[in-house]
Amino acid sequence: MLEIDNLHAKVAEDDTEILRGLSLKVGPGEVHAIMGPNGSGKSTLSYILAGKEDYDVTDGSITYKGEDLLEMEPDERAAAGVFLAFQYPIEIPGVGTMTFLKTAMNAQRRARGEPELTTPDFMRQVRELAGALNITPDMLKRPLNVGFSGGEKKRNEILQMALLAPSLCVMDETDSGLDIDALRIVADGVNRMRSPERSIIVITHYQRLLEYIVPDHVHVMSRGRIVKSGGRELALELEENGYAEYVEAA
Amino acid sequence: MMAGAERTRTRTRAEEALARNFAALASDDAVHEMRSQAFDAFMEKGLPHRRVEDWKYTDLRALMSDAPPPASPASPQAAEEALARADVFAGIDRARIVFVNGQFLPALSDLKGLEEDVEFASFGRFLAGGGALLVATDQADEAEAPVLALNGAFVTDGAVLRIREGAKLARPLEIVTVYAGAEPGLQTLRHQVSVGDGAEAVILQSYVGPDDVAYHTNAVTDVRIGKGAKVKWVKAQEEGNKAVHLGLDLPRVDADAVFDPFLFAAGSAVARAEIRLIFDGEGASAGIRGATIARGRQHLDTTLIVDHAVPECTSQEFFKAAIDDEAKGVFQGRINVWRDAQKTEGKMMSQALLLSESAEFDNKPELEIFADDVVCGHGATCGQIDEEMLFFMRSRGVPMEEAERLLVHAFLAEAIEEIADEDVIEALEARTRRWLSLASEVR
Repeated sequence: MLEIDNLHAKVAEDDTEILRGLSLKVGPGEVHAIMGPNGSGKSTLSYILAGKEDYDVTDGSITYKGEDLLEMEPDERAAAGVFLAFQYPIEIPGVGTMTFLKTAMNAQRRARGEPELTTPDFMRQVRELAGALNITPDMLKRPLNVGFSGGEKKRNEILQMALLAPSLCVMDETDSGLDIDALRIVADGVNRMRSPERSIIVITHYQRLLEYIVPDHVHVMSRGRIVKSGGRELALELEENGYAEYVEAA
Repeated sequence: MMAGAERTRTRTRAEEALARNFAALASDDAVHEMRSQAFDAFMEKGLPHRRVEDWKYTDLRALMSDAPPPASPASPQAAEEALARADVFAGIDRARIVFVNGQFLPALSDLKGLEEDVEFASFGRFLAGGGALLVATDQADEAEAPVLALNGAFVTDGAVLRIREGAKLARPLEIVTVYAGAEPGLQTLRHQVSVGDGAEAVILQSYVGPDDVAYHTNAVTDVRIGKGAKVKWVKAQEEGNKAVHLGLDLPRVDADAVFDPFLFAAGSAVARAEIRLIFDGEGASAGIRGATIARGRQHLDTTLIVDHAVPECTSQEFFKAAIDDEAKGVFQGRINVWRDAQKTEGKMMSQALLLSESAEFDNKPELEIFADDVVCGHGATCGQIDEEMLFFMRSRGVPMEEAERLLVHAFLAEAIEEIADEDVIEALEARTRRWLSLASEVR
């Protein structure tokens, strides 16, 4: 599904190097957790996967479904099945949530050469998925994320993920700002999407989320590289001992 | 030196054409006498140019390359076909007064249901009868206002409307101005709208015409808003892409009235929409708003002058413009607060979005305050599309250009949504989506 090889990247504006030789392989159906201290480059990795232009990749490669991901525009990546759930979903005043969802779905369908959804079909899909995420019709009527609480924004991200049905989900600190009930709703939403054809990368600082979204693999990231990989137990170990040894080791 | 040079300067091609066109109107009736005075007043200074402060950013000597002769009447069939384009308010049940090529066409108009409340006559009938209706208003005079002077010289028709005291119009009233035909021509209209005390009305205006025809529109409107009246005044300027549109609205707003104009501008090669508003009585308010979309090499100018001559009036101006390609937008807003106009509230905000490297926007907000107990402020911004929003939308699969257009729509909608009328909001939002080639809204 995804193969990152020796990735080096820096902030385009000031040349600060953030990723220093990161390698990662994610197979179909796998759930990987990437954990690490603040500043280790976790969010940068997620932005580079989604195609944000604020970073320059100076070395290495990212191959997604056999293609060079770095050659693709952000919207092409999305149409090819890459989805980033943002740590801080953006408020977009004046763009209705429903209008945005339909625009995004149909843009992806057009890009893949599929017929566009009719409004009734679209509405039906939204209604089916929104209910389980506790997203009210009233929220859907508002402009995208405007006036949404932190938890509502995160649930809205999961709704978009479910509607767009990506092959690779990258979830950047999805648990931040969630209380325990919201965390459960979000985690259930993600778990419903687990499938043999879909890979999920969960980026998180805390182990807590991984009690709800149980990963197949856990990686520790520090100073722009993956410094240790293991199974579920690695997350528990981190919870116990903290990141100190990895920060020093890197 | 300058003054001497000014007197002997050579006329521009457009001014020569205007002089020829005016000479061809020669007649010995009383109306022509007034036309001549107006035209002489115009020729005294000629087309306004960048050294005339009010026209600094809209130099008509440079922008108006020619002046077409007065338009020929359109055939009934051509008129009807051209009218089909005037569908911006099609979703609203409204009465219509239709002018095609500068002439009132009763067969295409419809005032049903308003007979009790509205008196209407065509200005053309007064002109034909030699009626002396070309009175100068207090807000402008022909010596300093070239649009008014040219209007006085070439006017052919217009709507003379009286809305009865206390009337609540059952449906909005639309004044439709249509250009028909493939030959360039000039249409010149003078409207006089008087809204009685306590009356309530929604008055819509739409301007349409064919693309690729260099026709000109000149429309001057005198507006009297009676005491306590409530009027929404919405203008949709969607002229053809080669048109020159010069509009001048001269509203006087009496005590406790609420007058809310909205200026939507997307058409024309060169357009200026000017409003000069005077508060005549205390406690009145005006919310003047607008949205402009300029592309290609369009030059779209909005100029507002609000005069607070009496105390305790409120004016709010809120304008948004999205400028793309090599287009140019101009916003000039001036709020004058005279010495006696205590307790005035005046707020002005103009925001522009520049969508290309060569797009240009000139933003000139001005406050002139002679009273000491007032709350006034203005702001002006000029920026680009938010990169973070753009990336968010692209990361969901929306291509760059479509994401940009969605954000432009959102930007303009913030002004449109200030109109306190759901039907008008819906009509103008849908129109904005159409100008931006966006699919319709999902609700």
